Amino acid sequence: MQIRSVPPLRLLLVAAAPALLGGCQQHNLLDAKGPVGAAEANILIIATIIMLAIIVPTMIATVIFALWYRESNPKALYRPDWAFSGRIELVVWSVPFLTITFLGGIAWIGAHRLDPAVPLESDRKPLQVQVVSLDWKWLFLYPDQGVASVNELVVPAATPVTFKLTSSSVWNSFFVPKLGSMIYTMRGMVTTLNLMADQAGELHGLSTHFSGDGFADMHFPVRAVSDSDFAAWVNGAKGSGAALDKAAYAELTKQSIADPPRSFGSVEPGLFDGIVAQTVPPGPGPAAGGVENVRPKGGA
Amino acid sequence: MLGKLTLEAIPLHQPIPLIAGAVVVAIVLGVIAWIVLAGHLPYLWREWITSVDHKRVGVMYCLLALVMLIRGFSDAILMRSQHAFAYRAAGYLPPEHYDQIFSAHGVIMIFFGAMPFMIGLMNFAVPLQLGVRDVAFPTLNSVSFWLTASGALLVNASLVVGEFARTGWWPAPPLSEMTYSPGVGVDYYLWAIQISGVGTLMTGINFVTTILKMRAPGMSYLRMPMFCWTALAASLLIVAAFPILTATLAMLSLDRYLGFHFFTDSHGGNSMMFMNLFWAWGHPEVYILALPAYGVFSEVISTFSGKPLFAYRSMVLATMSICLLSFTVWLHHFFTMGPGGDVNGVFAITSMIIAVPTGVKIFDWLFTMYGGRVRLTSAMLWSLGFMVTFVVGGATGVLLAIPPADFVLHNSMFLVAHFHNVMVSAVLFAAFAGYTYWFPKAFGFRLDEWWGKAAFWFGITGFVIVFGAFYWLGLLGMTRRMQHYDVADWRPWILVSAFGIVVMIAGVACTIIQLVVSIRRREELRDVTGDPWDGRSLEWATASPPPVFNFAALPEVHGEEAYWAIKSRAREQLRLREEPDYAPIEMPLNSATGFICAFFATLIGFAMIWYIWWLAAAGLVGAFLTFVVFAWRDTVEYEIPASEVAKVNRANRTTRLEALQGIGQRRAA
Repeated sequence: MQIRSVPPLRLLLVAAAPALLGGCQQHNLLDAKGPVGAAEANILIIATIIMLAIIVPTMIATVIFALWYRESNPKALYRPDWAFSGRIELVVWSVPFLTITFLGGIAWIGAHRLDPAVPLESDRKPLQVQVVSLDWKWLFLYPDQGVASVNELVVPAATPVTFKLTSSSVWNSFFVPKLGSMIYTMRGMVTTLNLMADQAGELHGLSTHFSGDGFADMHFPVRAVSDSDFAAWVNGAKGSGAALDKAAYAELTKQSIADPPRSFGSVEPGLFDGIVAQTVPPGPGPAAGGVENVRPKGGA
Repeated sequence: MLGKLTLEAIPLHQPIPLIAGAVVVAIVLGVIAWIVLAGHLPYLWREWITSVDHKRVGVMYCLLALVMLIRGFSDAILMRSQHAFAYRAAGYLPPEHYDQIFSAHGVIMIFFGAMPFMIGLMNFAVPLQLGVRDVAFPTLNSVSFWLTASGALLVNASLVVGEFARTGWWPAPPLSEMTYSPGVGVDYYLWAIQISGVGTLMTGINFVTTILKMRAPGMSYLRMPMFCWTALAASLLIVAAFPILTATLAMLSLDRYLGFHFFTDSHGGNSMMFMNLFWAWGHPEVYILALPAYGVFSEVISTFSGKPLFAYRSMVLATMSICLLSFTVWLHHFFTMGPGGDVNGVFAITSMIIAVPTGVKIFDWLFTMYGGRVRLTSAMLWSLGFMVTFVVGGATGVLLAIPPADFVLHNSMFLVAHFHNVMVSAVLFAAFAGYTYWFPKAFGFRLDEWWGKAAFWFGITGFVIVFGAFYWLGLLGMTRRMQHYDVADWRPWILVSAFGIVVMIAGVACTIIQLVVSIRRREELRDVTGDPWDGRSLEWATASPPPVFNFAALPEVHGEEAYWAIKSRAREQLRLREEPDYAPIEMPLNSATGFICAFFATLIGFAMIWYIWWLAAAGLVGAFLTFVVFAWRDTVEYEIPASEVAKVNRANRTTRLEALQGIGQRRAA
């Protein structure tokens, strides 16, 4: 996918947004921190401007027509039988049609260029991350590094990341607002998402598809770090973290809310494929006694 | 004996639902006690509960809808206030309760607020506008209404007995499967929607038949009022789409009750199939609601502009295009599930194309006002409010139809703002416009204008504040259905939307006050002629309220705007039409079939929810026996003698003649 340079209009709006609202905004979609999000914010703004050009005059005309032709205005010409005009009908059908043709073009091109499954253009090899949504936490597996983390995503900045996503219980949707494109996680299915963070920084991710009582706490910090910090984090996880074997994974699939972030130094080979193929058992759902037993454990 | 039902089903340890439930039960029991003690029960039974008159059924639909709109609105108040408190805190509604509230809000607003309101207006107005005496199947119509009421009763029973679904307004597997939702909440959803869905499907069949087969002499398709066209389009959509919903929910029920694997993601089941089928119904459903709303606006804008609807045939074309196109867009709900560029691109374009006929309608309403004499009554204000705000909802809809924009806005508060923007400003504003417009026809007196205008201004102001804030929250990355949040940037806008809901509460209060004030001042607001708004279609040709047979003789139609032509001639010649030859009229007999059927359907639903198998079987037998008794009855109609018809019609002719003479005197002066 090719991401073009940021047009001045967007820069202007983005520059104005914090000034208008004050402070930095952790989630603002219009202030993206990666090429995918930036391209999407662009499309959002361009399409909005095109449509404002149609709807604002319509809104104004509605008010003007209603007020000018009000019953008590003797200056307005009453034409009780005027109910058709071929010319007006031509305009009335062609204005929406032309608008939609134009926006349809943007949609078609955008749907292909920004298809989440298409790898990003970069001279760096993408980092592979496997994502599993659980009740109610996120598991991130790093197959090339052999480590894993729960409720914390660490990625190297300025490097494309290819996510493979699935779910081990109900559906969720993986979304880091500042990076762009969300994508669903669904049991027995794998979705693909390519994202990149422009520079190092602290971001936030969350689930956008309702998944049950612990849904509101399914958010996680996203740390885009330098290459050396990333290597240090991998080594730290390897050195201190526990092993993610089938037993540890089975424990993870049990319902829990707001688990603090933690990492695993080793991952059982083929775990992700097993989850997708459902040879590894999926989340068991609510334990007897219901949600009262899965109150937050504290932490994040 | 009682299946899963034990005393634990009643939320004795949860004060909020317990108190809310107790208040509702007390009010319902109080109203029933008052009806019985004051001796109104025989009247209610004879004139309303067993009535098969389309006007009465329509009024009952609208009344049910008004009550359910208030119930759904109270859920909205709970959600807004929860969010106001739940910043870095748990708020006062725990997740297991909050999740029920947003699910119930959606279900009640769509299935028991918006749907009955639109169907109620269709019931009341369509046969009158077509110039006929009733719908094609009057008793079936009564059954439809009572089954809808049965569904509404079950949803509300879940407040007190057990719980409602915690899955959102569409119970998507795997979350709604037994593994992840073992409680009775999803079962309440399934049975309530199945029972009311049968009613809706029968309404669709009834109205398709009525409009295709029963029009006044001379009323060709292209002479029908716009509202009849939109009612036809919506009914066709009901007939085509509701069976999909019924089948989908039946499959989910089989999964939950009998261990099937349609949607379980194991043993060959696929949860994606549920989403696919649900939205194959769900998107046409949007237009089942929106099309009759467009019809109401067409009637109101034309009447209060004193002009025919601009480009009527173009509007018919637009309506029927929307009817067809509504089945081609449902995949836009899956843009973020990774279907790839081609699928997303195609359904992005089909979703946008539907905006073309919708845009045409907006412009044609605009030109209906052009050159008119616009009377800014409250019904007209709702229509203008719709035109101004709906275009924003339409534009954000097109925005969401662009896949890269949807990739960041899907499931966000922006999306919530979008669909409330279209549903509230089209369907609810139309409901209130239609309610104000046809109220005098139904009851013989107008609604108070001052309170109506106050309701409009509070309503639209609150609406803009709440959903304006939601749009912005969506751009700030806030997602829907969060029980609590800890993002500081969202906080101010959440508080803005909480303020907006306070303004909306004032609007709801004005609506209630309006009804009370209007009933008290009914003699001043009396509509004596039957034509209070200087109307253009046939419902204004008869008295207000219309006699049970609607028209003494079926009107002859010679063009578009049938009644306007009759009235113009009368005004020119300063005399009424020739008096018709009065003949006896046969009308369908009242029937308790609908009420009794719904009683047994409620039993079946409740029994199935709680696994009380013997009661479900008993209910099924009862419902079948009701049908047999109905099928075996000997007399189906009664005759109204010609003298009675003449008496009723002459009374209305007298007041109309007086009004006409008033015009004559003014002209002479």
